[in-house]
Amino acid sequence: MEGKAFFIDTTLCIGCRACQIACKQWNQLPATKTENRGGFQNPEDLSFYTYKLVRFSEHRGDDGKPVWYFFPDQCRHCLEPPCKEIPEDPDAIIIDQLTGAVLYTDKLKKENSQDVRESCPYNIPRAEKGTGYMAKCTMCVDRVHNGLLPACVKTCPTGAMNFGDRGEMVALTKERLAEAKSKFPNAVVTGLEDVRVFYLLADEPSKYHEYAHATITPMGIDRKTALKRIARPLKELSREWQMLKGLAS
Amino acid sequence: MTNHWIDLKNSDCILIMGSNAAENHPVSFKWVTEAMKKGAKLINVDPRFTRTSSKADFYTSLRSGTDIAFLGGMIKYIIENNKYFTEYVAEYTNAPFILSDTYGFKDGLFSGYDSTTRKYDKGMWAFDKDANGVPSKDRSLQDPRCVFQHLKQHYSRYDLDTVSAITGTPEEDLLKVYELYSETGAKGKAGTIMYAMGWTQHTVGVQNIRTMSIIQLLLGNMGVAGGGVNALRGESNVQGSTDHCILYHIWPGYLANPSTTWPTLDAYLSRRPKSNDPLSANWWQNEPKYMVSLLKSYFGTRARPENEFGYPWMPKLDAGKTYSWLDIFDEMYKGTIKGFFAWGQNPAASGANANKTRRALAKLDWLVNVNIFDNETCSFWKGPGMDPKTIKTEVFMLPCAVSVEKEGSITNSGRWMQWRYKAAEPPGDARPDGDIIMDLFKKVRYLYRRDANAVFPDPILNLKWDYTTSGAFDPHKVAKEINGYFLKDVTIGDKTFKRGELVPSFAFLQADGSTSSANWLYCNSYTSKGNMAARRTRERTGIGLNPEWAWCWPVNRRIIYNRASVDTYGKPWDPEHTVIQWDGAKWVGDVPDGGWPPMLNPDGTPNPKTKYPFIMKEEGYANIFGPGREDGPFPEHYEPLECPVEKNLLSGQLINPTAPIYGTEMDAYRTCDPRYPFVCTTFRVSEHWQTGVMTRWQPWLLEAQPQLFVEMSPELASLRGIQKGEKVIVESARGKIEAVAIVTHRFRPFKIQGNVIHEVGVPWHYGWVYPKDGGDSANLLTPSAGDPNTRIPESKAFMVNVRKM
Repeated sequence: MEGKAFFIDTTLCIGCRACQIACKQWNQLPATKTENRGGFQNPEDLSFYTYKLVRFSEHRGDDGKPVWYFFPDQCRHCLEPPCKEIPEDPDAIIIDQLTGAVLYTDKLKKENSQDVRESCPYNIPRAEKGTGYMAKCTMCVDRVHNGLLPACVKTCPTGAMNFGDRGEMVALTKERLAEAKSKFPNAVVTGLEDVRVFYLLADEPSKYHEYAHATITPMGIDRKTALKRIARPLKELSREWQMLKGLAS
Repeated sequence: MTNHWIDLKNSDCILIMGSNAAENHPVSFKWVTEAMKKGAKLINVDPRFTRTSSKADFYTSLRSGTDIAFLGGMIKYIIENNKYFTEYVAEYTNAPFILSDTYGFKDGLFSGYDSTTRKYDKGMWAFDKDANGVPSKDRSLQDPRCVFQHLKQHYSRYDLDTVSAITGTPEEDLLKVYELYSETGAKGKAGTIMYAMGWTQHTVGVQNIRTMSIIQLLLGNMGVAGGGVNALRGESNVQGSTDHCILYHIWPGYLANPSTTWPTLDAYLSRRPKSNDPLSANWWQNEPKYMVSLLKSYFGTRARPENEFGYPWMPKLDAGKTYSWLDIFDEMYKGTIKGFFAWGQNPAASGANANKTRRALAKLDWLVNVNIFDNETCSFWKGPGMDPKTIKTEVFMLPCAVSVEKEGSITNSGRWMQWRYKAAEPPGDARPDGDIIMDLFKKVRYLYRRDANAVFPDPILNLKWDYTTSGAFDPHKVAKEINGYFLKDVTIGDKTFKRGELVPSFAFLQADGSTSSANWLYCNSYTSKGNMAARRTRERTGIGLNPEWAWCWPVNRRIIYNRASVDTYGKPWDPEHTVIQWDGAKWVGDVPDGGWPPMLNPDGTPNPKTKYPFIMKEEGYANIFGPGREDGPFPEHYEPLECPVEKNLLSGQLINPTAPIYGTEMDAYRTCDPRYPFVCTTFRVSEHWQTGVMTRWQPWLLEAQPQLFVEMSPELASLRGIQKGEKVIVESARGKIEAVAIVTHRFRPFKIQGNVIHEVGVPWHYGWVYPKDGGDSANLLTPSAGDPNTRIPESKAFMVNVRKM
């Protein structure tokens, strides 16, 4: 299934946060109470009420002048999402057939949200305090199924946000990387191998955000999830064994 | 703008200075990005490193208030390195004009200065004229008395050393900017400037823009695609309000507001200088047609030749007096103003020296605030430091509709008038402004009719007032009135028009009372072809003129001064971005700035039917020497009213010798005062807008940008022991605010005249009404001193102290 993908060209992003606000508006998410902590980034982090967050980081360039990086963070909609392996209920997290969007359902209420969150190499999933429901970027599947662009893509004024068939976006990303290298020799792209959100960065990913680039190998999964994958058949065997034992006695 | 938003994509080099385009006009960045994709360079000069700076190919900083020094250095560079477009300068600007010997400049002052009145006698800045009364010229630009040589001499003082010591910009950065930008002087290359309040809100605001205009003329960037002098307006329809002249000194279409100097219509209409050069179109000579048509719009059939078309019924300014924003609140503070309509504005937070404004409001008998949300103006009486028991002002709040709740037009920075439709009903009692005005006028007229002792009722009772349909304000009726009508059957040239027909363009307006037009500039916007502002056909190929999308003034000319985009034969300087070109019989492309043929025939002989390109200037040439401004014909660097230095390195004049300064006890200024050692500037951010009257009430926007903050360098923070995220006090001679400290190397200390000078910056989007912990207006700090031409306050450069709470 080819599905869809985002290409986010941070070399064009002006950090205006129209995407962050559009996401709130489309999903009718409440605003949270914030305070200025000495910078522009607000809210501080993703949450059950914030699916898209522009992250700001300041550094110095080679010429000693400031550089200011903007990273519009969101769920990567992995091709093989580690979070999907965590819930006991295999239908708690589903993948949309048409788009490949990784979607959270209300069945996650019964699951261990901490484990779900920790399984994500990008630190995306968030739970609602007290209830255990979880939420994140939905790829605006409702819009996409109706021939519209995701809200953040539609609103972006500079063309930093792009969306389309995954193959198209892969090609666009590679094309833009080649162009970007003349201005930004250290330019890199992330995610082409294993997710549906590709970032073009002018500099090393760690300068943008701790989780800009995954700490997993391409098409790989992290250790904890790997363990869980192995543990599942054993757990099920063990349950079966208990049942059989019960029947037998 | 002389050009328009989409045209930015045609530029080879974009200078963003005096504005923060990515921050405050993010959609414009789409076009900047287009230009950069095609290889254009983006240069950004700003005291702080902003969201715009993050995208620039080259960024450098300068101390707020030193733009003329910076740009003066560029003029020197352009001349000394022969980067100017010689043919353009010699043919289209007044660089070749010979200056009379009454013009002079010495030690910061131009000739003709009267230190008592603090004004210049501009008659001294005159040109030598030949026997025919036409300015003498040396097109080789060599004559020592010509404008070009005077220009060269004037800016010879702006060497790199001096400019760097004034601006704090390193010399190598100055050179880099000068080199990059002046490349656009080459034929076929275009450079553009995107500026905004960072240039206008200074005591030298107009001269900031004049300096850039000179650069653009030297480089041949006026009238061409991707060039021009482009103001990013700060409000979506402020261009509309400017065009319809909701400012004290002008009438719709930029006609001058009459003063008592011209008691009769004839006196007013004959005041414009005439040109003796038959090749100068001197377009303002048509003013009588526009003025009389305007009066006919106001007074209808009651305006007749015998009563000077109602001219005596129009208010006149007292000669020599000004009635600007700063003057209004000065008078209000002194108690001479009894009542005030704060219509769709929030002066208690938006005007400089907000404490003076807030106290002034307390002197009123009554205040009407037409607005959509509660704000610091209508609630001034319960604000910080106010005791309601001592305030007698009666306050009325009239809720009004927002832009999507009514039909009408807005005019954007690019002069495009775009029709808008009603999308929703206004809530509760909220009404469109137009309906509020209709009711107000009806009542005022009724009171005048009824009162036998009414003082001078003529202006009210004689008004023609037919702007409603079924009792409701009708924007189409107003739009048509603005365009104008034929008031009787008339034949002009080979065309015949019937009474009641809409006038097709201002070329058909008459001075004999047979036409009306409430704004000659907008004549052509609503014609027998329909509502031009409502058109929505996009251009599919081309340079982005989009001639069938909406409508722009004048007469849908998208790039003004476009006759300068071609050589004297009518051939484009840049064939790849043709604006207009002569096809042998007529101009094709954009609406030409006058249909007259090119200056030369194909065989090189002069064509007597031509006109010079800069048709709004009396002599037809663009002004490098500009004798019309209050503070001088050449821009000169002066320090802001409150500055951190004791002397101006360029002359003995520290500040603008003509800048208006106010004198009540609320008008305190402290310059070079150790109690206020840091330069402060004010700015905007993407998330909020103006005083935040609309945006502070939007939860998503407030979530993203919740509180007033002050940006400062790590060096300054260290000096004051301030931590990032800590609330601090920023105070000036006029007031103080509490703000969260953003400690960032996006501000760096400046080396000014050998000393370290720190600068800080504060956004002006907050007010005490809401949210409670959001902070108050940055205008509590800003000075009530203004530009001598416009009286815009100097909100961009003043002195403060910053300290821990």
